[in-house]
Amino acid sequence: MLYDVTIDGKNYRLDLNRAEGRWSCRLDGRDLEVDAVLARPDVLSLRIGNMAYEVKSERVANDLHLWVGSKRFAVEVRDPRSLRGRTRAGDEHGPRKIVAPMPGKVVRLLVREGDEVQPGAGVAVVEAMKMQNEIKSPKKGTVQKILVSEGAAVNAGDVLAIVE
Amino acid sequence: MFKKMFKKILIANRGEIAVRVLRACHEMGIAAVVVYSDVDRAALHVRKADEAYPIGAAAASESYLNIGKILDVAKRSGADAIHPGYGFLSENAKFAQACVDAGVKFIGPTAAAMDAMGSKTRARQAMERAGVPFVPGTSRGVESFEQAEEVAARIGYPVMLKAAAGGGGKGMRLVHAADELKSALEGARSEAERSFGDREVYIEKAIVNPRHIEMQVLADEHGNTVYLGERECSLQRRHQKVLEEAPSPIVDADMRRRMGEVAVRVAQAARYTNAGTVEFLVDQQKNLYFLEMNTRLQVEHPVTELITGLDLVHLQIRIAAGEKLPFEQEDVYIRGHAIECRIYAEDPDNNYFPSPGKITLLLAPSGPGIRRDSGMYEGWSVPIDYDPLLAKLIGYGTDREQAISRLTRALSEYFVGGIKTNISLFRRILRDADFRAAKLDTGFLDRMLKEPDDRVVDARAAEVAAIAAGMFAALGSRGAAAGERTADGSSQAIDKAESNWKSVSRREALR
Repeated sequence: MLYDVTIDGKNYRLDLNRAEGRWSCRLDGRDLEVDAVLARPDVLSLRIGNMAYEVKSERVANDLHLWVGSKRFAVEVRDPRSLRGRTRAGDEHGPRKIVAPMPGKVVRLLVREGDEVQPGAGVAVVEAMKMQNEIKSPKKGTVQKILVSEGAAVNAGDVLAIVE
Repeated sequence: MFKKMFKKILIANRGEIAVRVLRACHEMGIAAVVVYSDVDRAALHVRKADEAYPIGAAAASESYLNIGKILDVAKRSGADAIHPGYGFLSENAKFAQACVDAGVKFIGPTAAAMDAMGSKTRARQAMERAGVPFVPGTSRGVESFEQAEEVAARIGYPVMLKAAAGGGGKGMRLVHAADELKSALEGARSEAERSFGDREVYIEKAIVNPRHIEMQVLADEHGNTVYLGERECSLQRRHQKVLEEAPSPIVDADMRRRMGEVAVRVAQAARYTNAGTVEFLVDQQKNLYFLEMNTRLQVEHPVTELITGLDLVHLQIRIAAGEKLPFEQEDVYIRGHAIECRIYAEDPDNNYFPSPGKITLLLAPSGPGIRRDSGMYEGWSVPIDYDPLLAKLIGYGTDREQAISRLTRALSEYFVGGIKTNISLFRRILRDADFRAAKLDTGFLDRMLKEPDDRVVDARAAEVAAIAAGMFAALGSRGAAAGERTADGSSQAIDKAESNWKSVSRREALR
């Protein structure tokens, strides 16, 4: 099985195969001795040589995170033979969506459509778990559109406003 | 007078403290009745209860703060006592009185004792008579600049100007020297006027970089009051306690006795009964200043339990049932060191925003010297409606160093997947050189968080993650790349949930 793995912008080519209960592993052209046990869903006991690791897997919204010890890695895995390409819409220029970082209630809007905002300027206040949190603009620009009203319930990832 | 032990206790709370009290009930052979709001049907305290009653909507005012509904459940269930936990109704004198009127025992102080502590001026008068030390200053507003100048010179700079009607830092000014006083006084007055419609400002000595140390007291209904040692609570973020320990690294036996005796006098001045906590500010010369009394069981009570060997909830229940304290002050002694981490559902990488949601994976630590008081479980969804405290992880050791090392080890075993928690913050605190040297004050966390996190990550960890990513995909766990394991039911379900999530957010964007 061939995998293309991307971690922090770095690509790894991984070839994993199992025959007669033993794994063979090739990482970027290097042969490694590995073995793995899925201890339970999302928890992998991994040996590389004689080094032992417990790796945890976590999906948050549509991101896959793997934890090695207390370090979290955002990981993308692709099967290079698959035609399924993955596009990422994270371009830094042009309009930026301001999203709710957690589910909650919009208690206040701090800007109106057409307002000029500076980076770090508050756009809305979202309340969750008894705490009011100011959601800030990531860039300088004009508030192009506001997509929520005061009092609205929002989910994590919901777009609150667009700054152009 | 001997009263019989309660047969059934209603717990008017939720989360980890409801579970904590429920466990004490079961240990004492008492049936536990719980209440829950609409979003808490699946909560852990409901799962573990003997009887559970729905009391309404998620909003606390409709459920956990609703005195009428809770007393109605007490009546219907035949509970003979109510434990309020902390927060919610625990310090509500009206509720304590309503329990008395309904013929059900409130496990806590009397309404009169709560009232005495709640009113700043009455409490202050009673305590000044009892010789309790306060932060020096005026208890009423200053009349004129000349009077302010005279008071500030008498108590010594730096001083703090505070709006009498104040709160939240509004109308507050720190004044370092006499030549700053005039403009600061004018500023504080006009800000107080604008914020509270009242320009009254009083002066207190500014305690620079204080420690926040509190003393646990316990009083029975027969006039006996004891203190159970202090807790160091200086590690706070936005005035919210994050980590507490006992004993305080700066308190020796003599200071403990002094603090304890003051705390007992405070409690006695208010005719206090049951468990309570007297909070102090401590300056760099170790002078004590009384801050306030918390008339409830504290979140951080486990550190006191570990170093005294006492169970505070058992004792609360026994005191409320009319028993005498089963020991005297001389019998209380402190052994070892305990540190508590408050595990909150919040995102340390995103300004500590709350992070409610479903817990997809929970790996909990155990082993020597580790206690975990938790209200969460794997598969449970943390609701958005309440305080973000999920659990408390407490480490105990022969000394502070061992408590830190055990806690560090336990934190490395602790994993909460699906939501964000502040577990990584504690790893950072526990390896901080100043923390390890016990150089603590209430500004510690703000200073630490301003510094970049200098932790070195093993360069090979990313390679390990890359190999693990492939393994998860090959072994068909949920780590599989989205959409590629259509034979795997769980992976398919996630794809479906995800695309649904995407389409919802798309719809919202179009609205």
